Amino acid sequence: MKVLVPVKRVIDYNVKPRVKPDQTGVDLANVKMSMNPFCEIAVEEAVRLKEKGIVTEIVVVSIGVAQAQETLRTALAMGADRGILITAEGDVEPLAVAKILKAVADEEQPGLILLGKQAIDNDNNQTGQMLAALLDWPQGTFASEVVVEDGKVNVTREIDGGLQTVALEGPAVVTTDLRLNEPRYASLPNIMKAKKKPIDTKEAASFGVDISPRLTVLKVTEPAEREAGEKVEDVATLVSKLKAAGAL
Amino acid sequence: MSLIANRRDVDFMMYEFLNLDKVFQTERYQSYDREAVSAILDTAEAIAEDKYLPCAAKLDANEPSFDGEKVSIIPEVGEGLQAFAEAGFYAASFDEDVGGAQLPGIVNLTLAGFFSAANPGINSYAFLTVGAANMLNAVGTQEQKDKYLGPMLEGKWSGTMCLSEPQAGSSLSDIRTKATPTEEGHYLIEGSKMWISGGDHELTENIVEMVLAKIPGGPPGVRGISLFIVPKYRVNDDGSLGAKNDISLAGLNHKMGHRGTTNCLLNFGENGDCHGYLLGKPHEGLKNMFHMMNEARIGVGHGATMSALAGFLYSTKYAGERLQGRHPQDKDPSTPQLPIIEHTDIKRLLMAQKAAVEGASALLYYCTDLVEEQKLTDDKDAQNRLALLLEILTPIAKSWPSEFCLEANKHAIQVLGGYGYTREFPVERLYRDNRLNHIHEGTHAIHGIDLLGRKVSMFDGAALKLLLQEVQATLSATSEMSALGEYNKDLEQALKVLVETTETVKAHENVNTQLANATIYLDAFGHVVIAWLWLRQAQIATNALANAQGDDVAFYQGKLAACRYFFRYELPKALVQFKLVSDLDETCMDLKPEHLTGNNPL
Ligand SMILES: Cc1cc2nc3c(=O)[nH]c(=O)nc-3n(C[C@H](O)[C@H](O)[C@H](O)COP(=O)(O)OP(=O)(O)OC[C@H]3O[C@@H](n4cnc5c(N)ncnc54)[C@H](O)[C@@H]3O)c2cc1C
Ligand SMILES: Cc1cc2nc3c(=O)[nH]c(=O)nc-3n(C[C@H](O)[C@H](O)[C@H](O)COP(=O)(O)OP(=O)(O)OC[C@H]3O[C@@H](n4cnc5c(N)ncnc54)[C@H](O)[C@@H]3O)c2cc1C
Repeated sequence: MKVLVPVKRVIDYNVKPRVKPDQTGVDLANVKMSMNPFCEIAVEEAVRLKEKGIVTEIVVVSIGVAQAQETLRTALAMGADRGILITAEGDVEPLAVAKILKAVADEEQPGLILLGKQAIDNDNNQTGQMLAALLDWPQGTFASEVVVEDGKVNVTREIDGGLQTVALEGPAVVTTDLRLNEPRYASLPNIMKAKKKPIDTKEAASFGVDISPRLTVLKVTEPAEREAGEKVEDVATLVSKLKAAGAL
Repeated sequence: MSLIANRRDVDFMMYEFLNLDKVFQTERYQSYDREAVSAILDTAEAIAEDKYLPCAAKLDANEPSFDGEKVSIIPEVGEGLQAFAEAGFYAASFDEDVGGAQLPGIVNLTLAGFFSAANPGINSYAFLTVGAANMLNAVGTQEQKDKYLGPMLEGKWSGTMCLSEPQAGSSLSDIRTKATPTEEGHYLIEGSKMWISGGDHELTENIVEMVLAKIPGGPPGVRGISLFIVPKYRVNDDGSLGAKNDISLAGLNHKMGHRGTTNCLLNFGENGDCHGYLLGKPHEGLKNMFHMMNEARIGVGHGATMSALAGFLYSTKYAGERLQGRHPQDKDPSTPQLPIIEHTDIKRLLMAQKAAVEGASALLYYCTDLVEEQKLTDDKDAQNRLALLLEILTPIAKSWPSEFCLEANKHAIQVLGGYGYTREFPVERLYRDNRLNHIHEGTHAIHGIDLLGRKVSMFDGAALKLLLQEVQATLSATSEMSALGEYNKDLEQALKVLVETTETVKAHENVNTQLANATIYLDAFGHVVIAWLWLRQAQIATNALANAQGDDVAFYQGKLAACRYFFRYELPKALVQFKLVSDLDETCMDLKPEHLTGNNPL
C-alpha cells in the first residue's frame, strides 16, 4: 500500500512568536522553522507501518515556500521514500491545501492519507476533514491508534467522552493526535541518505484549482498583558469585588 | 530559549569565525552542506534536550552505586546513550571506510557540546568510548580493529582510559601496573588503576579498558610504558563474548560533580588471569595514549566551556525574570522593582560569563580547525606547522576554560543570589561539575609546567613563533580599523610583554626558579590568546554590522561589547601576572612547609 503524508513547515514550537509591527501577521524573518509536530507524528506512523511490512511506499508532500523542501528532507530522513514540493506564496488556507492534496491523491492513488490533525501555527484543524470530503473517502480523525487489518483501517479516535474506534474501508484519510506515537529522531546516516532521495517540485498554480484566500485578516495582535492582582482583606470583600466585576 | 545551546553563536563560530563552507568543498567532506549540518545539529539538540537535560538533577542526586556485585545507575543514563547511539553519533567523526559518517570535526565538536551542556555525567561515557575507539583506529592492528571497533562505534561496547593509579596521578612515570608476556601472545596484566571514569557499569555489553602498564625489563620512567587493550569480557575470534576477564571493581569514588559517571578503583589480575593485548609497539604506550589525550584535552576544555555556557544561559534567563530593587537614583518604593538584568553589577556578572564562554569557544573551535586541517593536507610543512600550533595551544585549550569558565559558573550562582546556592536551581551543580576540569587530564600545575618548561622553547621556540605570527596577522588585519584601535594597541603591548617574560625566564639558569610561577604564566598566556581571539571576533562583527539586520544587529553589538569587556577588565590582569613571572618571584618557592601553620607537616 502507498501512503501519502502531507507535512507543513511551521514556526518551531520552542520559538516565542512575535507579531509584526504592522499587525499583518507573525514575524517569520530569521525565525527557526520546523516540521509541524502533528505532521511528524503522521510521518512516524507511516514509517512504522512500512517497518511492519504493511506500507510499501511513503510519499511526503508539502505546500508552501521553497524552504519547505527542508521539511520534506526531515521527513525523508525519518524514513519517507520521496517528496513532492508544491510551491505557493503567502498563506494557503485549509480548503486550498485540501484541493491541492486531492489533485495529488488523484495522481498518486494512495491507499491511505495520514496527516496531522492540525498545524500549530494557525491551529485550524480542517485540512484532513475537507480533504476526505473532497475525495469522498472515509475519515478517522484524532487518531491515537491505527491498525491496518484485512483491508480495513481501524482508527482509535480521541473524543470528548473517551475513545471511539472506527473501521474504515480504504482508501481513507486519517488525522493524527498527540498520543499516537513518539516520533523518532532523524539519525545522522539517515539525514545523509535523505539527501539522495528524490523531491519533485511543482507549482501550486499547475493544479488548476482555486487557492485564492477566502478569509481577510484584519489584524494580528499580542494577547493582552496580564494585569497585576490585588490583595483583599477578607472573604466578604472578595465576594463583593467579584460581584462588582460581574463574575458572580 | 534553549538552556544548552546558542545556535546563533554556533553558526557564527562555524561559518564566520571559521570557514566551514570551505571545508564542505573538500573531497573528504563534499557530501555535507549547511542544510545537512543544521538538520544533524537539530537532532543532537533535540536528544540532548529531551533525554539528557531533564534527568541531570536526578542523576546528580542519585549517583551510581555498587553493591559488591554490580553497579546500578538510574535508567535514564542508558536511555540517553541509546538515543545517542541510534542517532549514529558514536561513529560520526570516523572515516567512512571504518563505518563512520566522516562528519567534519567542527560539526562534531558543536554536536558534542549540546550533550555536555545538558548532562556531562551521561556524556562522559560516550566521550571516552569515542576517544578510545579513535586511539584503536589510529594504532591498532587490523585484527584488533576488526574485533573491537565495530561494536564501539555502535555504542554496544564502551571504552575507557586507565592511566592513573593510587600512588601515581600527576607522575605517570611512577605507575606500577605490570604486563607480563605469555607464550600465547597475550599479556597478563596486574595492578590497580584509580579514578577510572566509566571503568565499570552495566550500560554496555562490554567495556574496552585502555590500560597503561610496564613490561618488566623495559626502560625506566615514561619510556617504559606500554598500552594494552584489556576487555571486561574476552572476545572470541567470531566477535562473540567469552569469559569475564580478571578485572574487579574494588569500589566507586564519591565525587563532588560529574556524579553520573562511575569513577572506579579497578584491580587487574587479582587472580593472575587478566588478559591484555598490546596496542601499538612496546614502550610507546604514552605516545599512543596521547592520540586519546590530546583530543581529550581539547574535549576537557570544551566540557568546561559548555558547563559555563549552561550557567550563562540559565542565569541570563533568570536575570530577565527576577524582580529586585531599583536603580540607585530611583529611591521611590512605590515604583515597581526592576528585573535584575537592569542592574549594572548583574550585567557585569553576565558579561564576564559571556566573555569567558565565547572566548573559550573560539579557542576550541580554532584548535579543532587545526586538527581538521591536519586531516585535509598532505603537505609536510603544513602538517608540521599545524602540529606545532596544536602543541602550544593544547595546554591553553585545556586549562584556560577549566579555570575561567569555572569562574563563570561562580558568577552564574551569584546572579541567582540565595537561590543559586540551592539544589533547586542548576547553577550550583554546573559549578560542581566544572570543578573537575582543572584536575583531570593533567592538573592545572602540570600544564603550566608543560607550557613554560617545554612548549614555548620546543624546537628553538618554533611553536611560539608560529603562534606569534598568527596573532600578528590579526593585528595587521585590524590595524586600520579605528573602532578596534585601542584593542589592537593593548594586544600588541601584551604580546610584547609575553615574549619578554618568556625570554627572561628561559635565560635563568635554575629550572626550579624558572618554573616557580609556571601556573601564573599559564593563566596570563591564556589571557593573551583569548584577547587575540576576541579581537578576531570583534573584527568579524565590525565588518558584519554594516549589513546586519534584525536580531543580528544585537548579536554583533554583543560581540563588540564582550571584546571591550575582555580588553578593559581582563587583559590588564595578565600584565600584572607576567611581571611576577619575569621578576622570577620566589615568594612561594621560599616558603617552607613549617611556615604554613607553624608545624612542619613533613
Ligand atoms: C572525576 C575524575 C575522573 C578521572 N578520570 C580518569 C580516567 O578516566 N582515567 C585516568 O587514568 N585518570 C582519571 N582521573 C585521574 C586524574 O587524571 C588525576 O586525578 C590527576 O592526574 C591528578 O592526579 P592525583 O589525583 O593523584 O593528584 P596528585 O598527582 O597527587 O596531585 C595533587 C596536587 O599536587 C600537584 N602536583 C603534583 N605533582 C606536581 C608537580 N610535579 N609539580 C607541581 N605540582 C604538582 C597537582 O597539581 C595537584 O594540585 C580522574 C580524576 C577525577 C577526579
Ligand atoms: C544558605 C542561606 C542562608 C540564609 N540565611 C538567612 C537567614 O537566616 N535569614 C534571612 O533573613 N535571610 C537568609 N538568607 C537570605 C540571604 O540573605 C539572601 O539570599 C540574600 O540577601 C540575597 O537575596 P536573594 O537571594 O533574594 O537574591 P536577590 O536579591 O534576588 O539577588 C540576586 C542578584 O541580584 C543582585 N542584585 C539585587 N538587587 C540589586 C541592586 N539593587 N543592585 C545591584 N545588584 C542587585 C544581587 O547582588 C544578586 O547577585 C540566607 C540565604 C542562604 C542562601
